Amino acid sequence: MKRYLLRRLARGLLILIGVSICSFVLADLARGDFFAEARLNSRISKETIAALREQYGLDRPILWRYAHWLASVFHGDWGFSLSYNMPVGPLLWARMQNTLLLTVSAMLLTWIAAIPLGVWIASTGARVNRLLSWSAVAMLMATPDLLVVLVLELIATHSGLLPLGGMISLEYSQMNVWDRVQDLARHLALPVTALVLSSAPAVVTHTVSAMRETLDSAFIRAANANGLRRGRLLFFHALPAAANPLISLFSLSLGALLSSSLIVESALGWPGLGRLMLEATLQRDGYVVIGVVMLSAAFLVCGTLIGDMLLYWADPRIRRE
Amino acid sequence: MSRRLIPIVWLALLHIAVIGADFFAPYDYTQQNRSMPFAPPTRIHLIDPVSGLLARPFVCESTPVTYVEDCSRRFPIRFFQRRLFGVEEPAVIYLMGSDDFGRDQFSRFLHGGRVSLFAGLLACGISLGIGLLFGAAAGFYRGRLDDFIMGAVELSLALPWLYLLLAARAILPLNTDPSSAFLLIVALVGIVGWARPARLIRGAVLSAREREYVLVARGLGASDAHLLRRHLLPQLGGLLATQASLLIPRYILAEVTLSFLGLGVNEPAASWGNMLAILQRYHVLASYGWMFFPALLLIPTFLSYLALTTAYAPRNQVNHIGALPL
Repeated sequence: MKRYLLRRLARGLLILIGVSICSFVLADLARGDFFAEARLNSRISKETIAALREQYGLDRPILWRYAHWLASVFHGDWGFSLSYNMPVGPLLWARMQNTLLLTVSAMLLTWIAAIPLGVWIASTGARVNRLLSWSAVAMLMATPDLLVVLVLELIATHSGLLPLGGMISLEYSQMNVWDRVQDLARHLALPVTALVLSSAPAVVTHTVSAMRETLDSAFIRAANANGLRRGRLLFFHALPAAANPLISLFSLSLGALLSSSLIVESALGWPGLGRLMLEATLQRDGYVVIGVVMLSAAFLVCGTLIGDMLLYWADPRIRRE
Repeated sequence: MSRRLIPIVWLALLHIAVIGADFFAPYDYTQQNRSMPFAPPTRIHLIDPVSGLLARPFVCESTPVTYVEDCSRRFPIRFFQRRLFGVEEPAVIYLMGSDDFGRDQFSRFLHGGRVSLFAGLLACGISLGIGLLFGAAAGFYRGRLDDFIMGAVELSLALPWLYLLLAARAILPLNTDPSSAFLLIVALVGIVGWARPARLIRGAVLSAREREYVLVARGLGASDAHLLRRHLLPQLGGLLATQASLLIPRYILAEVTLSFLGLGVNEPAASWGNMLAILQRYHVLASYGWMFFPALLLIPTFLSYLALTTAYAPRNQVNHIGALPL
């Protein structure tokens, strides 16, 4: 196990190095840099721009910049953001917390809601129930997340119950702790709902197909014949046996924690990593783009690693190999 | 049978309407009517208000800004006069309402479909093409080549898809004319998504090349090219079809998302994404419900692709349909 884990870790590290090289080369290929717009401004002289570029090291060769960036990663700086005029590291850190607050709560809700629903759909005998719930799930699956966000926004506008965008109210700094929590929760409601609605169908369908397979198997029929209670049978006997594909899916959504919320964030004004990425892309703030890509790639790699470990722990068949 | 027929019919109709947009759309998609911004969908009257009987379909003139119907003069809908249908000025026929410049949303929807639907199709072709090339090569030749290609696959799968798309978009010029923006997006989306099909195709080739008839053919001295062409690639048809019906809607959505965020096809060209972008303004979102039409019509389209995937995928493959996070 230990050797396997070490090998996987080394592989993950290698992938991340590869990702960093790729994103550096990509960023280098980009036409125009952060000062492209300043160059159009006649009041800023060419010499000033050249001096600025030199100051930030933009005129150096790519290898020098890469080495420099690597060193700054170890210092926790992750390069320098030109549009925010500060090191990228602290910026990423703050934005990552916001995104994680959003995506982790959405993920918890999704799994808490979707698994029982999937188990119920798989086990229900009534054809009507199955058909109705199934078409609802298919419908949601076919609804683009963009539309989900927009419709939720529409509902919020008309009801006026929930704030439409942002993460905190203007008066946030003057509130006491309890009010702050409430304020945050009110702002969270809309984006979290959007994320849950767009990610739950996949979990439900996976649960259903895994459970159907398991419920057909002999040991479940035997347990049923022995008179086990239904709830116990479904959740303690069938669900663990059907867990493998769910664990794989779980590790995928764990890995996508930083990258799944881009559309929701940008449409609802949540100050997270996705929006930072979008703005940095438009402003050609190279190191921020690289930082976000690195961070979310690291999450994806860790997600698969954790998923493999969970599978190892959950399935004795894999352990033996 | 209808489970397969309905989606195919819907997709066929949509594609025909989109290809023939110049004929089916009542207006030019750039034609502005500045006096009628955000006009609601035009009501089509079928009943004669005086006699109460069925009449030839007609529309009424409506006042600018307030959009109150004035039915003192009737404007019958004329069919097959250069375009499929239309009405005489000063009346207008906006089936899906109009946008902020008073452009017909229906005409823009049809023309935008050209961009969005074909972006999906072409990008899927690129992805599957690259995937086929590298996947089949890796699975067939094994060895170093396999290691190298699978390393690249792992690397690209470690990158979040949408972020990679954005980062790659950052490299390319933002202010381009619509047709080159379209080609850029198609190429980007297609290339970024190569890894997953490549891995699946490699797996399929890998298992197919160990089959007995392939071994026999090889033993009888068949060349690599012959083996690939006659025995291995024909096995991949089903896999490619299911992958295509999975990838196309994702890629359509990718174009819609990019254009929605302002990184895709720009005005004045229409795409479903940039038609929806106007909903980012709160007053539009809250007051002009008909601006949602392009997004709403995506649902039956995606449902059709979903139905095709589930209808044609082998049972064990259906498992993985939802497992593709953006």
